Amino acid sequence: MSIDYSQKIPNNVHLNDNKTLQRALEHWQPEFINWWKDMGPDGSQNFDVYLRTAVSVDPSGWAHFDHVKMPDYRWGIFLNPAEEGRKVNFGAHKGEAAWQEVPGEYRSNLRRLIVTQGDTEPASVEQQRHLGLTCPSLYDMRNLFQVNVEEGRHLWAMVYLLHAYFGRDGREEAEALLERRSGDADNPRILGAFNERTPDWLSFFMFTYFTDRDGKYQLCSLAESGFDPLARTCKFMLTEEAHHMFVGESGVGRVIQRTCDVMNQLKTDDVAKIRAQGVIDLPTIQRYLNFHFSVTMDLFGADVSSNAATFYTTGLKGRYEETKQTDDHLLNDASYGVLEVNDGKLVTIQAPYLNAINEKLRDDYVTDAKAGIERWNKIIQKAGIPFTLSAPHKAFNRKIGPLSAAKISPAGQVVSEGEWTHQHLHWLPSAEDRAFVASLMGRVAEPGKFANWIAPPARGINNQPVDFAYVRFN
Amino acid sequence: MTAAPATILRQHLIDPEICIRCNTCEETCPVDAISHDSRNYVVDAAKCNLCYDCISPCPTGSIDSWRNMPADRAYPIAEQLLWDSLPAQIALDQGTEVGAGDTATDLPDDVERIAAASTAGQGGTAPPPWSAAHPYINLYGIHAPAVATVSGNFRLTAADASSDIRHIVLDFGNASFPVLEGQTIGILPPGLDANGKPHHVRLYSVASPRDGERPKYNNLSLTVKRVTEDHEGKAAQGVASNYLCDLKKGDKVNVVGPYGTSFLMPNHPGSNLLMICTGTGSAPMRAMTERRRRKAAAGEGGKLMLFFGARSPGELPYFGPLTKLPGEFIDMNLAFSRVPGEPKHYVQDLLRERGADVARLLQDDNTYVYLCGLKGMEKGVEEAFTALCQANNLNWNALRPQMLQQGRYHVETY
Repeated sequence: MSIDYSQKIPNNVHLNDNKTLQRALEHWQPEFINWWKDMGPDGSQNFDVYLRTAVSVDPSGWAHFDHVKMPDYRWGIFLNPAEEGRKVNFGAHKGEAAWQEVPGEYRSNLRRLIVTQGDTEPASVEQQRHLGLTCPSLYDMRNLFQVNVEEGRHLWAMVYLLHAYFGRDGREEAEALLERRSGDADNPRILGAFNERTPDWLSFFMFTYFTDRDGKYQLCSLAESGFDPLARTCKFMLTEEAHHMFVGESGVGRVIQRTCDVMNQLKTDDVAKIRAQGVIDLPTIQRYLNFHFSVTMDLFGADVSSNAATFYTTGLKGRYEETKQTDDHLLNDASYGVLEVNDGKLVTIQAPYLNAINEKLRDDYVTDAKAGIERWNKIIQKAGIPFTLSAPHKAFNRKIGPLSAAKISPAGQVVSEGEWTHQHLHWLPSAEDRAFVASLMGRVAEPGKFANWIAPPARGINNQPVDFAYVRFN
Repeated sequence: MTAAPATILRQHLIDPEICIRCNTCEETCPVDAISHDSRNYVVDAAKCNLCYDCISPCPTGSIDSWRNMPADRAYPIAEQLLWDSLPAQIALDQGTEVGAGDTATDLPDDVERIAAASTAGQGGTAPPPWSAAHPYINLYGIHAPAVATVSGNFRLTAADASSDIRHIVLDFGNASFPVLEGQTIGILPPGLDANGKPHHVRLYSVASPRDGERPKYNNLSLTVKRVTEDHEGKAAQGVASNYLCDLKKGDKVNVVGPYGTSFLMPNHPGSNLLMICTGTGSAPMRAMTERRRRKAAAGEGGKLMLFFGARSPGELPYFGPLTKLPGEFIDMNLAFSRVPGEPKHYVQDLLRERGADVARLLQDDNTYVYLCGLKGMEKGVEEAFTALCQANNLNWNALRPQMLQQGRYHVETY
């Protein structure tokens, strides 16, 4: 499955054979570039960045590294190879051949799914656009820009589907994707978490760890879709998404490492003394973790959702690793546990499984997210420090669904309004925490040098040394 | 004499401290050698066929971990699943003394790292051509290097050229140091670096054919560019290149190696060489061309086609001698990117221009392709191959893996 780079829009979908579609996308391309120049990374369009570009979608070709200027990055359209004889694997159409065209009756639902996914991609670029100015190293700056250009490519992936399969509506939606703005009061991005600010690098690492991992789970469930072009698109996006989670996991890990080193040098766990050394204390890291975890919980949608049931039954969006589940993939008679507040306590009640599809995906995500937190804890253990990071309860600090009406502590206890007011600054980052973290941010742009609050990585990118010039300024 | 050592297996492992469990490797592996539990991702040594498919998709680099193990003591999956970190390399039984020193059973780390990076463009090392001569490798390790004597050091580039590229001849006296065209040797610069550690090994391709720069003498030549600036154009003195370029006749040099079992030339009659290089990437091409020239009378080999890029004619190493080679011996194509008043011309442009002839060569099962030079050229050359194949009813994407598998496509970039 080679990618044709000699064309204006690199692609492996034979765009050349469909002139109408090609023209429509070539019309959208300059609008995208304009958006990138307006809303992409601030003040860095002229840097040479050591980026990974896909030159084909097979293992040998999809990670090609070179210094490129971001506006010259070859954004294109890449789908995983088609799987011969692929079937719809769940829902009412289970066993039918996978659809190569949009079934008319599911058109609006499918479009909605694609637009919602597509909207998150440019949103995160917008959220992160100022971070280059305060990067802790060239290595991190490069990782940020890699995440940004790949989010841009993921937007291309969704826009291709809209243009290729949804006609005029699709083209209009594709334009709207470039018009909404993260955090804009009049024309915001669709999902809440994507209108939050990403003001500092700790937030960025937490975002890529927690929120991009939601992206992974959404893409995994869309990769099961009966609509084959969507499934193939999402499969390839997942390969790229792995890098984003790596940036988050290793980024937070390096912050923790540095903090532990300083704690051991000073032989103290006194927050004031630790902060005086210009590193981020572990309790603050826990509060950031609580915030990003809980905001991401909401991205999975309402606990009980008839939309989710419809998407599943109609074969549009499956579960995580759908084909590895051992049940009947119809779920008509099955049930699944969801939380509700009853008599001042959180209790699990059984809901029809179909309505609890969101909750199932959320639970799969929580397992995965917790595993990474345990790996962070290993760093702390290794340093011999008696402190353990933990994920808050999935009902903590929710803003969507029935749980949003209750106040729930990170440990999963229902608390009164008064206690929440009293305690929440211990649970979520305060304005003072954020101001402290912000005070540490300053650009370090010399190869091999790292900001004081973060440890260097164990390995460089693509086997390059850590002190490699990952970004060259012009 | 000790008993014959067991076969050494280069066991592929995943570093659990760096792995983020993204599952990309398991998804990618074509032979299902990779699996996981709730703790670690692991590689089954019995299934892994070292295809390297999983290496480039890994976002962390944790996949690129290796330990040399006696084949009968490879780490089983059950053990790997319990690891919190990779075990240290175990001490392997050293072979008995052979010839001149520590016949190292494992390559120095530097050499492995450089070799891995330089072949990454083709997804790891490819097998050599079937008719390649068998190479000797790793005869001298860093603890007991061979000592060579400089018998010549000439500037190849014009006096007014911006780059100082030199042809350096090393004589090995009575020491055994057999090399083949396309192999590399390691140079150990004397002294210590800023951190008080010995300098890293630097690798250089041999620029002379197997029977020596001067035939029948125990010598070889290198092509060395004096590094005076880094990639950003800032002043930076390359430790090894400046050391080599400043050597005088009679100076002694510590040499390790030789290395390389893949980037070797075919020796059967009718085998064609398609060589694409820039700058000092010409060294192995010169060695192969010279080998063919010396053996022309014996009828060894077929057609030679060379694409050679440099900034200007004055910066083309071996410019003079090369241009004197007859057209019927070698089809030579020179590209210059910085000749005042002329448009920039790169090797990939020439490849496209000569597309029909290149395609004809590619269709011949006896054609072997060699690519050597700066990393930046890889992509352009790949694109040129894709385009010229398309224009001539060939499919580069089908051809490339086939050629790699048959040891007919070799990339070494830095």
